[in-house]
Amino acid sequence: MSTKTSTDQKLDVAPPYNAVARHGVSPQPSHDEVARFDFLANFNKFLSGALGPGNKLTYDKRVQPAFEKEHGRAPKDRFEIRHAMNNDPFHTFWSALKRNSMEMRQQNGRAMVLRQIDELSAKARQYNEGRDTLELNPEIEVPRYQNAVDIHCMPGSYHGEELAGDVSAGANYDCGIFATTAGGLGALSDGGGAALVEWIKQQRPGWEPCRVLDIGTTVGHNIVPLALAFPNCEFIAIDTAAPILRYAHARAQSLGATNIKFIQANAEDLSRWEDGTFDWVQTTMFLHETSGKALPKIIAEGYRVLADDGLMFHLEQPEYSDEMPLYEQFIRDWDAFNNNEPFWSSMHALDMKTVMNEAGFAANELFESGVRAVVDTDIFPEAATGDDEDHGRAAYWHAYGAWKNSDQMQEAAE
Amino acid sequence: MTEEVFDWMAAANKKAKGKRPEYFDDPEDERMLSILMAVVGEVSVLRERMDTVERLLDANGTISRNDIENYAPDKQAAYERGAMIREYIYRVMRGPHQMVQELEQVEPPVEEVSRELKDI
Repeated sequence: MSTKTSTDQKLDVAPPYNAVARHGVSPQPSHDEVARFDFLANFNKFLSGALGPGNKLTYDKRVQPAFEKEHGRAPKDRFEIRHAMNNDPFHTFWSALKRNSMEMRQQNGRAMVLRQIDELSAKARQYNEGRDTLELNPEIEVPRYQNAVDIHCMPGSYHGEELAGDVSAGANYDCGIFATTAGGLGALSDGGGAALVEWIKQQRPGWEPCRVLDIGTTVGHNIVPLALAFPNCEFIAIDTAAPILRYAHARAQSLGATNIKFIQANAEDLSRWEDGTFDWVQTTMFLHETSGKALPKIIAEGYRVLADDGLMFHLEQPEYSDEMPLYEQFIRDWDAFNNNEPFWSSMHALDMKTVMNEAGFAANELFESGVRAVVDTDIFPEAATGDDEDHGRAAYWHAYGAWKNSDQMQEAAE
Repeated sequence: MTEEVFDWMAAANKKAKGKRPEYFDDPEDERMLSILMAVVGEVSVLRERMDTVERLLDANGTISRNDIENYAPDKQAAYERGAMIREYIYRVMRGPHQMVQELEQVEPPVEEVSRELKDI
């Protein structure tokens, strides 16, 4: 027990939504809209920190013993655990609360964005009209994996429009990241992008990429920090959804990242770019929103357009390896079935090393790394891992990477 | 010709595509919890607004709606308000929170304790 008095004790509370930085297409929140996100940020902390450990307790003490008694063996995979846990009163109640939190985040974000939809469209137009850094291609179809369900319970997904040509999908996605991560991604929800900058500066000090491809960019929050860090580099950011790109482009322009070209394109077919065009090809928290057949195609196309000695880098949640306990696999799977992430479970069971091997990388070119969000820790929290971790949302990622033909390049240089 | 009004309030309530999981035996319980949680959230919003009003009155002795809308807490106030929301959440979530404690420590029914005490 701590003997500290309440005055010198700092409780774990979420930063206020006021601390989120505004950019050129940020919705302007009213007092009460701020307060709604303040509630949700702290409620999500409560769900993962105070109630979350109850899931493991009920599994260890009730669910697993009952399963073993009934079947004469332990559960053989995360699916059996899920079916058993879905009959447990603690876990179902926790899940119902968490699902409600996710739904409230969507309703609260959409209410704020949609009441000012015209103003947001006008702001976006100021940054978008007449600029050749935004290229929309109406012939690009929304892939089935993007519209089978609305991903993370976001009504309309990334491609939905309420009024023709609006930017509400992007604005709603952007503003709510604060609530679901309790501020864990920092003032511009760009802690992932800031982490990429820190990572590459440590790994290859002095390296200046010339051309970078960001696949599944959504609102561009993870590519803007890189674009600002490498102002002489040309960035191409692609996504299949026009509404999110309209927002992403305006957002990037307003933040001064004018060296990113946003293009509506599907990464399964990058034929408009020649072999070896880019010296960095990446995704951040995107591959789990694709599908079993699309993912290897995207990696293979990424490999093709990557130059020798170029970097392929993917940030994801950790994969379900044989070493990961089945219970942890189950709890990491929550979003798959409760928050509309239908490829999440299969994707995390993939061995990414094999996928990247099959795309053309040699085994010795591959590496894995842990990457923690970089945020202003004076205001925003460092991502909790361990018992308090909000699985699936923790701002601590697993990186799958490779330097293409780096050995051969080195040998040639020597 | 009347201009069609975009009903953003109705649009904000759009359901996400994808069948919603069922958590309770009775579907009405799903609706009741969703209403309850929305109210829990709105009470928190009212409390935060009241806190803003009190802080502005403390600082200025007078207040306008504009002051409320534009209020941004400094670091200390932000922490105090965060702690206020946290305290509120712990109070309303007492029931589920105590479920965790029940799981940590399985206890015999009080009837059993009652029988025991009779004989000691």
